[in-house]
Amino acid sequence: MRKSFLFVSIALVSAFLLIGAVTAQDLPYSGVTLDIVTFTGPQIAEPLQRRAPDFSALTGATVNVVTVPFAELYQSILTDQATGTNSYEGFVFAPQWMGDFIVPGYLEDLTPFVGADDAIQWDDIGQFFREFSATYNGQVYTIPLDGDFQMVYYRSDVLEAAGLEPPTTWDEYLAVAEAVHGMDMNGDGEGDYGSCIGKARSNQAYWFIYSIAAGALQAQGTSEGAFFDTTTFEPLVNNPAFIRALEVYQATTAFGPPDELNIGVGDTRTLFTGGRCALTLDWGDIGPLAVDPEQSIVQDLVGSIITPGWTQVLDRSTGELVACDDTTCPYAIDGVNYAPFAAFGGWSGGVSAALDDLTTQATYDFFSYMSQPAQANVDVTIGRTGFNPYRISQFENLQPWIDGGFSEAAAQDYLGAIGDSLNSPNMALDLRVPNNQRYQQVVLDTVLAQFLAGEFTAAEAAAQIESQWNEITEELGRDAQLASYLATLGISGGN
Amino acid sequence: MIEPTSQPQSLPLSGVSPDEYANLSLWGRFNHWLEKRSALVLIMPAILLVLFLSLFPLVISLFLSFSRFQFVSGGFSIRFVGLANYNKLLFGSEQRRLLGDFGTASPPGFVLGVVFLLVMIVMLVQYVRSKRFSWVGLFFRLIAILFAMALAVLCIVTLGEDGIPGALVVTLIFVFAGVALQYGIGLGLALLVTQNIRGKRFFRIVFLLPMMITPVGIGFLFRMLTNTIVGPFAPLWQAAGLADFSFVETATGARIAVIIAETWQWTPFMFIILLAALESTSHEIVEAARVDGAGKWAMFRSIILPQIAPVSFTLILIRTIEAFKIIDLPNILTYGGPGTATESVTLYAYNQWRALDLGLSAAIAYLLLIVVTFVAMVYVRIIRRRVVVD
Repeated sequence: MRKSFLFVSIALVSAFLLIGAVTAQDLPYSGVTLDIVTFTGPQIAEPLQRRAPDFSALTGATVNVVTVPFAELYQSILTDQATGTNSYEGFVFAPQWMGDFIVPGYLEDLTPFVGADDAIQWDDIGQFFREFSATYNGQVYTIPLDGDFQMVYYRSDVLEAAGLEPPTTWDEYLAVAEAVHGMDMNGDGEGDYGSCIGKARSNQAYWFIYSIAAGALQAQGTSEGAFFDTTTFEPLVNNPAFIRALEVYQATTAFGPPDELNIGVGDTRTLFTGGRCALTLDWGDIGPLAVDPEQSIVQDLVGSIITPGWTQVLDRSTGELVACDDTTCPYAIDGVNYAPFAAFGGWSGGVSAALDDLTTQATYDFFSYMSQPAQANVDVTIGRTGFNPYRISQFENLQPWIDGGFSEAAAQDYLGAIGDSLNSPNMALDLRVPNNQRYQQVVLDTVLAQFLAGEFTAAEAAAQIESQWNEITEELGRDAQLASYLATLGISGGN
Repeated sequence: MIEPTSQPQSLPLSGVSPDEYANLSLWGRFNHWLEKRSALVLIMPAILLVLFLSLFPLVISLFLSFSRFQFVSGGFSIRFVGLANYNKLLFGSEQRRLLGDFGTASPPGFVLGVVFLLVMIVMLVQYVRSKRFSWVGLFFRLIAILFAMALAVLCIVTLGEDGIPGALVVTLIFVFAGVALQYGIGLGLALLVTQNIRGKRFFRIVFLLPMMITPVGIGFLFRMLTNTIVGPFAPLWQAAGLADFSFVETATGARIAVIIAETWQWTPFMFIILLAALESTSHEIVEAARVDGAGKWAMFRSIILPQIAPVSFTLILIRTIEAFKIIDLPNILTYGGPGTATESVTLYAYNQWRALDLGLSAAIAYLLLIVVTFVAMVYVRIIRRRVVVD
């Protein structure tokens, strides 16, 4: 009896192992482990972690999502590759950094992979994201997973109650914030905030200032650029337009939560969806978050608009602010110059160049899987993913949005605002010159924090940024930086 | 009784006489030489390893502080730039962040500065008149006084009107305020626990708990506690009519928050060492003083304090050196802000390292090393002689 029981047990275990082995052999990436690094979410990491088991079931690859603080992501990737540690097979990062990773040869050229992959539906990805987020020197190096534009969100019920229209200029933004600041917006009997913008250091503050400033710095179309002069590579910061933007940025603090200087974008999202803010400046994440009943009490009470603009813009020849007219602001609408800021450019997946062929293909396939419409068109409708629309089908087909909890009107309003930004001929591109991380994440972020804390006046802050940016430029070579900048703006060849 | 064997001084260690040594072959002489130095030979690997582990990073970081480090295609490049990093920190674009924005000295600051200068002069005069006087000693004392005065003036002008303290002064504030509070509270708690009170053991454990928690955890804990919107004290804060005010948004408030968190974390360290010191004090002397009618304050000042002075001296020295390296709390609690209000020197170096400016980061670290060494040496030279030796 005992012998026969033992025999049956061994036979069963062997059968299971055999079936397992056969199944595993059928899967193309059995035994392949992919370590994918991105920032400490929960956004961005969440969809990668959630979909990793599905990808494993399909392919046999094991996917580990490793997270590091956002302020250390760039360095983690760079040091991992430069030292030959090669801990990561894939990187989900800011496409504006890609130049720093491609030139030393750390990123795999994905052009042949994309060409051979029908499932990714490459042409369905918006042209801007294909060209700016994915391509460098005509070759594809990253797979877009996200589309990023900053917009202004407002509480439609609060503005309606106050008899106010959504702001079209930054002066109006301040006026609306001031008018509604202190109103009870969530029914708890406490006064709430006119404006919530994350201003903590080492977070996202340095993008918000450019959402405010871009409309005053760039008026002649996208190729004019908002960061540097296109002939001298002198920073466009020590001028009345940028100084005025700094003043507006600082002025919003008076209508924000008391600890606004210490909170990041995650906190302002919680405040906004918790009904505590009338206005906020953010990427596309607020839209899906606001309709999520588990996180939001403001469903169908949120409107989204293209970032406000300015009625005066910088005249680069005189260095003064001039009123908008047909010449100074050819793309102005009703006398207001808008320059929606493609901040960050959208999280994208890159593949390490230090992998064997099988692992390279597996890593590419994981990013392709994440980006394919079957997954992506659902993920962009979920607030906690941090993924915002970047595919044409995501703008054209409202059904996934309605399935995700949007009303049809809310979906149209949300997608309309992103579409307006994406289609603007005066869209402001994020900085993508070599070492842009030093210009923005180091210098701009630090000086902004000092300015907001009162350590500098607006004029002093502008002078500080200019001087420190010039120091970096001199070190890296002005001509080389200028050439790279012009290339990113599409002025001389593609970058 | 066994008499110890003795060898004449002229004989080598191996017991070979000079005549025998002269007759040895070359190989024999080499063996003899090796035997004589066997102690050194045997211990040398360990010494070299220790030297390598301790000196190598110091030498490399010193070299880095004179260099510009860059990632380039296929690896990295290190370019020698001389004193450029130090020049940038002390006189260039980073001066504002390291040393601060110089304002004008406030009247109390000016008075303090004058008093400090007079104290330095008096100490110097005392030294010149003393029997210990030497020209070399005078030279080093003059350098020390110049360095101390420079630090004092830096504090006075950056903390004065229109001034903004840089990372160095912020660190000095954290060190001196933090260590003073930690010692005072630690000593108070230790004295309390040495009393014959109920639940002594319970309090000993409770007082030690903060030391067991990781500094990052304490940073997050205090970040939550100081949040006046959703933190546990938010209702009290709002009831007090302060809903629109967050004290960590101000430079002073944020620094106080860091000092409180640092004090909460490190007071147990002071407490446990001082408790051991107090429990090892001579009870006979205390009893004798009590019999003689000494009051509690007199007993504390004249009997207990002198007995724990050597321990206190070492304790403060260790904590001071350690406190100069503060990074976790300001990094987590306030991100070094608002602005750079709570950016310590180590956090500043870390931020530069994170920006991959390894040369500047190494230069900052070396400047901190100089300051810490100076403060520690002055402390040892001045305080030790008075507190321990006397």
